[in-house]
Amino acid sequence: MKGNELLKINNLHTGFRIKDTFYDAVDGVSLTVKKNEILAIVGESGCGKSTLATSVIGLYDQNKTRVQGEILFDNKNLAALSEEQMNDIRGFQISMIFQDPLSALNPLMRIGEQIEEGLVYHTTLKQTERESRVLELLQQVGIRNPERVAKQFPHQLSGGMRQRVIIAIAIACKPQIIIADEPTTALDVTIQAQILDLLIDLQAETEAGIILITHDLGVVAEVADRVAVMYAGEIIEEAAVEELFANPKHPYTRSLFNSIPQMNSQSDRLNVIEGIVPSLMNLPRSGCRFSSRIPWIPGEAHEENPTLHEISPGHFVRCTCWKEFHFKTDKGGGTHELYANK
Amino acid sequence: MWKTIVRRFLIMIPQLFVLSLIIFILAKNMPGDPFTGLITPQTDPARIVELTEKAGLNDPWYVQYMRWVGNAFQGDFGLSYTYKRDVADLIGERALNTFWLSLLSVLLLYLIAIPLGILAGRYQNSRLDKTIVMYSFVTYAIPTFVLGLIFLFLFGYKLEWFPTSGSVDVQYDPGTFSYFWNKIYHIVLPSITYAILGTTGIIQYLRSEIIDAKAMDYVRTARSKGIPMRKVYSKHIFRNSLLPIAAFLGFTITGLLGGSIFIETIFGYPGMGELFVSSILSRDYSVITALVMLFGFLALLGSLLSDIIMSIVDPRIRIE
Repeated sequence: MKGNELLKINNLHTGFRIKDTFYDAVDGVSLTVKKNEILAIVGESGCGKSTLATSVIGLYDQNKTRVQGEILFDNKNLAALSEEQMNDIRGFQISMIFQDPLSALNPLMRIGEQIEEGLVYHTTLKQTERESRVLELLQQVGIRNPERVAKQFPHQLSGGMRQRVIIAIAIACKPQIIIADEPTTALDVTIQAQILDLLIDLQAETEAGIILITHDLGVVAEVADRVAVMYAGEIIEEAAVEELFANPKHPYTRSLFNSIPQMNSQSDRLNVIEGIVPSLMNLPRSGCRFSSRIPWIPGEAHEENPTLHEISPGHFVRCTCWKEFHFKTDKGGGTHELYANK
Repeated sequence: MWKTIVRRFLIMIPQLFVLSLIIFILAKNMPGDPFTGLITPQTDPARIVELTEKAGLNDPWYVQYMRWVGNAFQGDFGLSYTYKRDVADLIGERALNTFWLSLLSVLLLYLIAIPLGILAGRYQNSRLDKTIVMYSFVTYAIPTFVLGLIFLFLFGYKLEWFPTSGSVDVQYDPGTFSYFWNKIYHIVLPSITYAILGTTGIIQYLRSEIIDAKAMDYVRTARSKGIPMRKVYSKHIFRNSLLPIAAFLGFTITGLLGGSIFIETIFGYPGMGELFVSSILSRDYSVITALVMLFGFLALLGSLLSDIIMSIVDPRIRIE
């Protein structure tokens, strides 16, 4: 791995068992996460974003999941580590921020105790040192009266406060990589902005690499450095955030932008992408996986075995169909300009 | 919280009043009277009339009811017609017997059911889990009197390991250690029978609670901290899964005095359940009404106790 690369994922396949067959929800993903970078992974529900994240941190049900490929971190292949070996890394070098702060905290445990838990296993701090570290962390995530909050139970806090606590848990041991799985989805818009600001601030302090999983392109525009767009288990486009917003190429990416509701639009219909993400068992395993949702594009436009093409430095697009792509009713399409001047 | 507890006690008063009225009317309308068993063709009819008058059974029902309630308030539940003893004393003695029997039964029950429920839930779908679930369904399907009789026959009659009836042997003096030990000796077999057969509910409940808890988001959060799975179970999963069991604890505690009709009858154990059945059979009104009142009161108390226990173990619940 190069100097500033923290995590390198090579040809990762994560499959879930249904009856006796494994179906890959993540199907051959390669990615790198650099130090001090926010990499956003976007896509609709069911594209494999969260599966990718849980594969990295090893939080999947081992009886029902098969992980193949390489997840290189700190000279180790995380995909090949045992549960015990992963425990030494989880919460210490790699940690995770979860989507729903209302259910992600143990209702019977005091906030302080929940933050302290990771410190017990990953540090040599004494009881009193741990307690002051907990207060320090609470302060760091912007909680004003840490002493009181540390003694409270989750139900006594608001959603935004709980998400701050979850972030405090994630950064407790100063991890090098933080995986944020839709950290703002369950929050209202003003709180979303606060939490995103907090993430950016914390990153500046810790220089961690952040993998931000989201389906909210607004969030991506605001915080991400690089974006990978996932569809049906594959990365279909990857680029720096400015490049992607200014110059989206893949039909799926363009459709996503096109489906953002417009304030100044005269139309009373929202633009949507036809069809749905195919379910895991029905995922097309060959050809361009998006082709079924843009049936008006002729079949010859697609590659037989679509691969990622670097169309400009650092900008990768899968398949060649983007060259022929046009929207069905050619009126939308300019939506992304809203975000182009970030 | 203390205010709430006092208020809950006050609410119990009208509840108990309605209960007492219903019980009294039902008991009055049972066929037969307390003298039915004493009457033979030779009995002088004048004697029966005299007895009935003396017992106050000719008064209007509301007079009898008021008299009964008035006395009950002073701890006087009247005289048992069949035992010719004070009902309060009789019940007190039986309640103590039942208490010891129930206590051992419930302790054994939890000792068997909680570990089995936890194991079944933790190792869901394993061979161990399937065995435990099978065990719990088999014991659920066996009626108490069947297993009770089998145990009595095997361990009491054939092997003579345990006594077959009674609560204590006559040769021991109350208060001595051997008396106490002999009492325990008498409750072992009925307790084991009860414990083995009562496990199904707790095992199934705990098992499904643990299976549910495993999929909870907070368990994933705990795992993401990199703490060992053993700790995730003990600190996060089990504590949350035991909440519903704790919710029943209040009823269980007050239920200790209720006794089990089947167990006590089969093992000839002089407890509350056995007293209840025999007093119904002998139309012993004063005992029946006192017992039903007591059971009703215990049920009300049990629900209050459960609420208090829940508010202690679950920080989200505060009784206001």
